[in-house]
Amino acid sequence: MITATNLSKVYNGTKVLDIDHLEIPQGQNFGLVGNNGAGKTTFFSMLLDLIRPTSGNIFNQDITVNESEDWKTFTASFIDESFLIGYLTAEEYFYFVGELRNQNRADIDTFLAQFEEFFNGEIIGRKKYLRDLSKGNQKKVGIVAALIGEPKVVILDEPFANLDPTTQIRLKKIIKDLSKISGTTVLVSSHDLIHVTEVCERIVVLDKGVIVRDIKTSEATLKELETYFSGEQIPEDFKETTEVTTEAEKADNPE
Amino acid sequence: MVGKLLSLEWKSFTRSASFGKSLGLKIFMIFLAVYFAVMFLFVGIGLYPILKEIYPDNDPILKLNEFILGWLAFELIFRFFMQSLPVVQIRPLLLQNIKKKKVVNFVLLKSLFSFYNILPLLIYVPFAVVIALKTDYTAVSMIGWAISVLFLSFSINFFNFLIKKKFAEDLKSFFPAIIVILVLAGLEYFEIVPVSEKFGVFLNYVLEMPYLAILPIILCLVFFVWVRNTLKKKFYLDAGLKTKQKEVKSQDFEWLKRFGDLATFLQLDMKLIWRNKRPKTTVYMSIIFLLYGLMFFTNSVYEGMPVMFVFAGIFISGIFMINFGQFVPSWDAAYYQMMMSQNIPMRKYLASKAALISFSIIILTILSTPYAYFGWNVLLIIFTCALYNLGINVPLLMFTGSFNKKRIDLEKSPFMNYQGTGAAQWLVAIPLLAVPLGIFYLFYKLFSFNIGLLVIGILGVIGILLRNYLMDKITIQYKKNKYAMIHGYKQTGD
Repeated sequence: MITATNLSKVYNGTKVLDIDHLEIPQGQNFGLVGNNGAGKTTFFSMLLDLIRPTSGNIFNQDITVNESEDWKTFTASFIDESFLIGYLTAEEYFYFVGELRNQNRADIDTFLAQFEEFFNGEIIGRKKYLRDLSKGNQKKVGIVAALIGEPKVVILDEPFANLDPTTQIRLKKIIKDLSKISGTTVLVSSHDLIHVTEVCERIVVLDKGVIVRDIKTSEATLKELETYFSGEQIPEDFKETTEVTTEAEKADNPE
Repeated sequence: MVGKLLSLEWKSFTRSASFGKSLGLKIFMIFLAVYFAVMFLFVGIGLYPILKEIYPDNDPILKLNEFILGWLAFELIFRFFMQSLPVVQIRPLLLQNIKKKKVVNFVLLKSLFSFYNILPLLIYVPFAVVIALKTDYTAVSMIGWAISVLFLSFSINFFNFLIKKKFAEDLKSFFPAIIVILVLAGLEYFEIVPVSEKFGVFLNYVLEMPYLAILPIILCLVFFVWVRNTLKKKFYLDAGLKTKQKEVKSQDFEWLKRFGDLATFLQLDMKLIWRNKRPKTTVYMSIIFLLYGLMFFTNSVYEGMPVMFVFAGIFISGIFMINFGQFVPSWDAAYYQMMMSQNIPMRKYLASKAALISFSIIILTILSTPYAYFGWNVLLIIFTCALYNLGINVPLLMFTGSFNKKRIDLEKSPFMNYQGTGAAQWLVAIPLLAVPLGIFYLFYKLFSFNIGLLVIGILGVIGILLRNYLMDKITIQYKKNKYAMIHGYKQTGD
């Protein structure tokens, strides 16, 4: 379970993130949406202790993220290409991450076999350094590497961007299975409302660092999000559902 | 249009990563440029008296003419390895409303203003002026001469690009040219036909008939048009503008497995070093610098100054430590975020870096054993300095590394490249070199040479014994500076 309390980040007097309280229960498929500058990547970076919060704390399975490094053993992530080591081949990168997660080569080879379809023959055995792969293929490597060693928490920033349609569909299945089958908590951010509503059980909308919507995904969610982002007035009945789901959410997961 | 391209060029120069943002670095770069310019200017002015002294019976300029071809050949080789045409830079211009011909012309003409072309200018022109003033040659013939030599140099400039382009695509197409060059060199070397001398005759004619300077200009134009046409044909993403990609051979450095926990990181560092230009060049430079000791141990000037021997000892065994270690952990800058969020305890990460540098000291020390030729004393100095490096300087460099916040581009050449250099790099030199020298000097003056060495050695051993404690302290420092480092490494501009 991930909990953020009184979390804020201030750059030069501007608050870029301000979250009073956010709880993500174990095994939830959690989606984060918001326009550029809404604070999605900032939130994920704080969760990984890459940015220090101005105030507040994040707890990952009761470990205070910026005080202990123990969360690293069960948390995996892919934010952008800067999480790849450009001078390694894809296989070498997988083996490297595998060794960090106590997986030997045979483990990794078995693990990679299940992604054969996802890789579509463009990753394994290509004899290319990661820096020479296309953006989409780099992304595939990063995402799969984040799944090595059965982490309890997986954080993916914009996983659908740059991927071809076939791979997007396959990735959606992978993410859904993650929480369903192995009970992994998956945190995903996306600009694609359709994908995120399809994949996530719960969607939080950030705007200028503040949580403006917290929705339990239903048939109406996509419509609601589209209305929100088009800047139109939200019809009363939608607003109600939102609040209701938020309440329901809290009731489901008492602190 | 040319004005706009020029302004782009100026921006790319002043905003380039190696030029940096800091004022200190800029002053240093300007100082270096002025230094080289002045040196060449002196050579240009001094060449006439020098030639006169070496060949008192000959006319200096006629003698120089004999050497010109040899010089041009050297220039070609030098340029071939050092100078490249920055075609990739023009990629963004492809989509814009600019004629291809114009862009190619611009890139080629721009190359004339490179460092490599300005330096010969600084030699030839002052030399011509001195000759015109001091001898019977008229100003007109010297202008003709200077123009000829300059345009020969410019021809080499374009010829080099031609070779590089042709070379890259098809080795065979260039065999005839290589054979001609080899034959000429052979004729000269085995003294069958003095080619360079014969070539000099042409320049002698120029002195008599300055209008002949038109010939090198024509030659230069021919090469220019030739290169331009070749380049224009290759102005496509999948041809000339493509960055090179080689098929990769996977190496695993399995033998590192014996280092247990650290093996994973050591293997990664080996790949970092061998697969990226900048760290790889650092290794080669370290091996070349092994010879640096010869300067000290063979020169009788230093015999009475054992401090210089200690300096050499620290330097020889620690050159890789200095060149590589000062940029730890900036080598991992591009993926530092990943290293910090992966399942890697900071302590282990740092320990592996320290281990890598320590290995380098041991290897360099072993490689330096032939210095025993200059006496066992010399070897003793190097060994003691290696101990000091292992014990004190390695933790010191690791510590100062926590202040590194500047990103390093792994694929750029380290020559004249000050990317990643900040105040920390300059300041660390003081404790790194000055402190051991100072301590040695003190004990050498107070007691003896042997006591001085002993103290250095003991300090090193103490450092080695305290390695774990020091690494713990350093780890705390890295954790403290972690966020600033991540933030700094994200800035690609500097």
